[in-house]
Amino acid sequence: MKTGKLVVIGNGMVGQRFLEQIAGRMSSDALDVTVFCEEPRAAYDRVQLTSFFAGKSAIDLNVVPARFFEDRAITLRLNDRAVEIDRRRKIVRSTRYREVAYDKLVLATGSYPFVPPIPGRDRRGCFVYRSIEHLEVIRAAARRARVGTVIGGGLLGLEAAKALKDLGLETHVVEFAPRLMAVQLDEAGGRLLRRQIEALGVFVHTSKGTKEIVDGAERAHRMVFADGTMLETDLIVYSAGIRPHDELARAARLAVGERGGIVIDEHCRTSDPDIYAVGECALWNGRIYGLVAPGYQMAEVAARHLAGEADARFSGADMSTKLKLLGVDVASIGDALGTTSGSLDYVYTDPVAGIYKKLVVAGDGKALLGVILVGDAADYGTLLQMTLNGIPLPEHPENLILPARAGATHGLGVDLLPATALICSCNSVAKGDLCEAIAGGATSLGALKKETKASTSCGGCGPLVKQILDCELKKRGVDVKNHLCEHFPYSRQELFHLVRFGNLRAFEDVMARHGRGRGCDICKPALASIFASCWNEMILKPRHAPLQDTNDHFLANLQKNGTYSIIPRVPGGEITPEKLIVLGRVAQKFGLYTKITGAQRIDLFGARVEQLPLIWRELVDAGFESGHAYGKALRTVKSCVGSTWCRYGVQDSVLMAINIENRYRGIRSPHKMKMAVSGCTRECAEAQSKDVGVIATEKGWNLYVCGNGGVKPRHADLLARDLDDATLIKFIDRFLMFYIRTGDRLQRTATWLENLEGGVDYVRKVVCEDSLGIGAELEADMQKLVDTYECEWKKAINDPEIMKRFRHFVNSDQPDSNMVFVTERGQIRPARPEEREPGREVVTV
Amino acid sequence: MSARPVCDLTAWVVVCRLHDIVPNTGVCALVGERQVAVFRLDDDSVHAIDNHDPFSRANVLSRGIVGDLKGEIVVASPVYKQHFSLASGQCLEDPGVRVPVFSVRVQDGVVWVRA
Ligand code: SRM
Ligand SMILES: Cc1cc2nc3c(=O)[nH]c(=O)nc-3n(C[C@H](O)[C@H](O)[C@H](O)COP(=O)(O)OP(=O)(O)OC[C@H]3O[C@@H](n4cnc5c(N)ncnc54)[C@H](O)[C@@H]3O)c2cc1C
Ligand code: SF4
Ligand code: FES
Repeated sequence: MKTGKLVVIGNGMVGQRFLEQIAGRMSSDALDVTVFCEEPRAAYDRVQLTSFFAGKSAIDLNVVPARFFEDRAITLRLNDRAVEIDRRRKIVRSTRYREVAYDKLVLATGSYPFVPPIPGRDRRGCFVYRSIEHLEVIRAAARRARVGTVIGGGLLGLEAAKALKDLGLETHVVEFAPRLMAVQLDEAGGRLLRRQIEALGVFVHTSKGTKEIVDGAERAHRMVFADGTMLETDLIVYSAGIRPHDELARAARLAVGERGGIVIDEHCRTSDPDIYAVGECALWNGRIYGLVAPGYQMAEVAARHLAGEADARFSGADMSTKLKLLGVDVASIGDALGTTSGSLDYVYTDPVAGIYKKLVVAGDGKALLGVILVGDAADYGTLLQMTLNGIPLPEHPENLILPARAGATHGLGVDLLPATALICSCNSVAKGDLCEAIAGGATSLGALKKETKASTSCGGCGPLVKQILDCELKKRGVDVKNHLCEHFPYSRQELFHLVRFGNLRAFEDVMARHGRGRGCDICKPALASIFASCWNEMILKPRHAPLQDTNDHFLANLQKNGTYSIIPRVPGGEITPEKLIVLGRVAQKFGLYTKITGAQRIDLFGARVEQLPLIWRELVDAGFESGHAYGKALRTVKSCVGSTWCRYGVQDSVLMAINIENRYRGIRSPHKMKMAVSGCTRECAEAQSKDVGVIATEKGWNLYVCGNGGVKPRHADLLARDLDDATLIKFIDRFLMFYIRTGDRLQRTATWLENLEGGVDYVRKVVCEDSLGIGAELEADMQKLVDTYECEWKKAINDPEIMKRFRHFVNSDQPDSNMVFVTERGQIRPARPEEREPGREVVTV
Repeated sequence: MSARPVCDLTAWVVVCRLHDIVPNTGVCALVGERQVAVFRLDDDSVHAIDNHDPFSRANVLSRGIVGDLKGEIVVASPVYKQHFSLASGQCLEDPGVRVPVFSVRVQDGVVWVRA
């Protein structure tokens, strides 16, 4: 028998979290729940709203677990707005003239965007930015627009600006205050952020009050500013703050704040004890929280209190934030503006790299009160924990923000954190909860996330969660990342040795001797790569076919829609006009998208599996070879023009690059390898960011190793100076083979070096001084690989057995009908899901 | 499953011979308008699931690497590497996602699918 009637108004992120919390505490037999939801769909991830423009669909953003409403017999009234609360009769009335009675009522009505009272503000082409529907109309309007303007330079304003930029508009941000993100950033931080954002091509206008919006001369609107200046634009997005949806509460004479917001007590109850309010509509202790994590906390408190836990209390929440705004990391923690009396600031700026960091420290120097990070927010988690937990500062607090010097480590061991430290604020997971779950058997990141929900919302806590997991596992004596996977209790290095010295040549043999089970997508490609490095057997051999990732299986790179891309080798970046014409002709013939890659080559995109051999037949005939962009192998050797043309060049860098590329092409390694040769110290080929970098000197070549672009850039270290050609090659041979033998799976040379005891000095001893006495062996192994090189594509197109795999259907010659392209800037691109609707102009190839 | 005009969907359809599939790999078969990923394991057992990868929305599951995780036989999507059980279609990383599974059998070296 149902004992109570519960009505919830609003099914946003917080309303939904409340429902999940109450469902976990009270059985659906006991409670008859009705939810009013004004929007046409149930709760979705508003925090990630902007990703809608990056291709996410409404379904991707959904946050409601499958069958949530059905299984609990909760009535969800979509598209129905509650319009009146009759507290005397305890009834809620909705737009569809339905009356629903309640015993307890929860308001989770959220907030709405504030539109400043500017004359002309309601013109056509003026929007707000809050729901999927808003985004849909903005996207439609953007198709007819060239210039877009956001009013408001706060957090949400900059998000909206990113969206307009992504939609291809010339984008302007107009802010009333003298700086961007005035609430979270100080002047210097705001200035740096502005510079970074301007560098991305967004126009920023601060200290501008908009006086009126009128017809434009060139564009649809003209915004007239208080200082007499003006700006013309086609569309306008208001993002000038939010206002709580408190109109229902007001009309029902519940207590509301002077500037809006439904007043709640520590149990999230309004002035009527039968009515609760949670999320962005609620006013606690005089403040509204515009973030989702505090809302989630309120949702939990209200649910617990309703379920009878009288001691459930909300006691405020932390407003620290970390975001990526237009690609720039920005974070603000605690008293970032330093308003605490007597507080001291430590500031670090690197205007070239675009980094600004500030610590606000208590007057006695003991505790961290606030932080601002712009440009590099990697230490956010650590600094947040120090602030929240009052962890004593080190003797030199400045080390927390200074760039790490060689050898010095800074930061805070997660071990220091108390069990109560809140690690995931989105889901209220403390360090103690994580440790408990780990002790209970959640010993992988996936299991830990599933068990505790940590790191499943904004993901900001991910790095800390991982550190805690590693640290706890280490304490238990578990070797953290050594084993390749559940099938092999060995590291890649150990397996390499087992394969090489056991003379093993097939996956089944390695499995029978050293593994258990059938293998998986981790160990199979890893062993395929080891076989290739040891024996250089063609990766196309049928017995290796089941081991290869799709890229290696089809000798091309899989793209998001199931097509493949093709990158022929262009050694050293040198290419004849004739070959360029061939590439153009082939691309034209097969309708491929062409792009110059970041590594001096040409990529042809959009080929279907069955087209790959046809395309390669033409390329091979014209003298092209596979470029191995699909393999964990040498990618390219970049070069500058060098002494042949350049007035500063001291050696022939192009020739050296071509020789190196031809020597090491096709060799499989733990991860991809990139190289470059520059003709003089001006370093136009960026050799110091490569796994192997060569820079010409008056006397020969300097050899650099273990550089990396990518996720965590690292400058290469100088290994040896002024080498002649032969010694240079000898050292590279040894270096590469040493890495191939000892590297971990998917470990680039940069991380390999950082984990190698003794660092670059040790590598120098092994490679240049032959301290292990294996120099000759390494060279011989390398020579064998060089001598057995074959172009994989040439081999493939001449082998009818291998050609069989290049078709989409085993029983039909039809292509995959799912591949739909649209034309953009004169070339094809994959259609986005919403563009695949019938009735639109599309090209089906 | 809605009825389709071109073929009787409740019937068994021949898709290929067993030896057209390299052991421990998959192929994609067109059954009516449906794309079915058919896998052959090294014991010559066959399994069939939908070829559509719900995460990338590309028709590519037949191109994934086959293996096992904690005893469950799975294929890893070649795009974002989620694992799907070949027995149930269940995604191991996301309890809310499951791809359709189809009946498949081998008779006299010929692979039949009912989709
Ligand atoms: C095509 C290209 C982008 C472009 O249009 O320019 C590209 C495309 C991809 N890159 Fe890259 N990278 C490309 C140049 C680069 C460069 C620049 C360079 O090589 O000079 C870098 C930074 C330099 C470096 O690696 O140190 C680069 C750093 C990465 C990384 C990060 C690696 C790291 O160690 O952190 C990844 C991720 C990975 O490999 O795990 C990646 C991964 C990828 C993948 C494979 C992502 C994926 O799994 O789908 C992309 C697929 C390529 C494809 O064709 O399908 N790509 N990528 C470039 C191909 C170059 C070529 O001719 O072969
Ligand atoms: C673009 C954007 C980016 C953001 N980024 C972040 C971020 O990075 N981090 C962060 O913490 N927060 C962020 N936020 C804020 C976050 O989304 C909100 O804090 C959160 O959504 C609040 O949840 P809520 O349930 O209280 O309100 P809402 O999500 O607004 O939900 C309220 C729901 O109630 C409905 N409703 C209102 N009145 C009625 C009625 N009378 N009858 C029926 N239904 C009604 C509304 O239509 C709405 O669907 C962002 C917000 C936006 C718009
Ligand atoms: S940076 Fe590289 S991996 Fe990332 S989207 Fe561009 S090409 Fe792909
Ligand atoms: S802090 Fe957002 S997911 Fe953990």
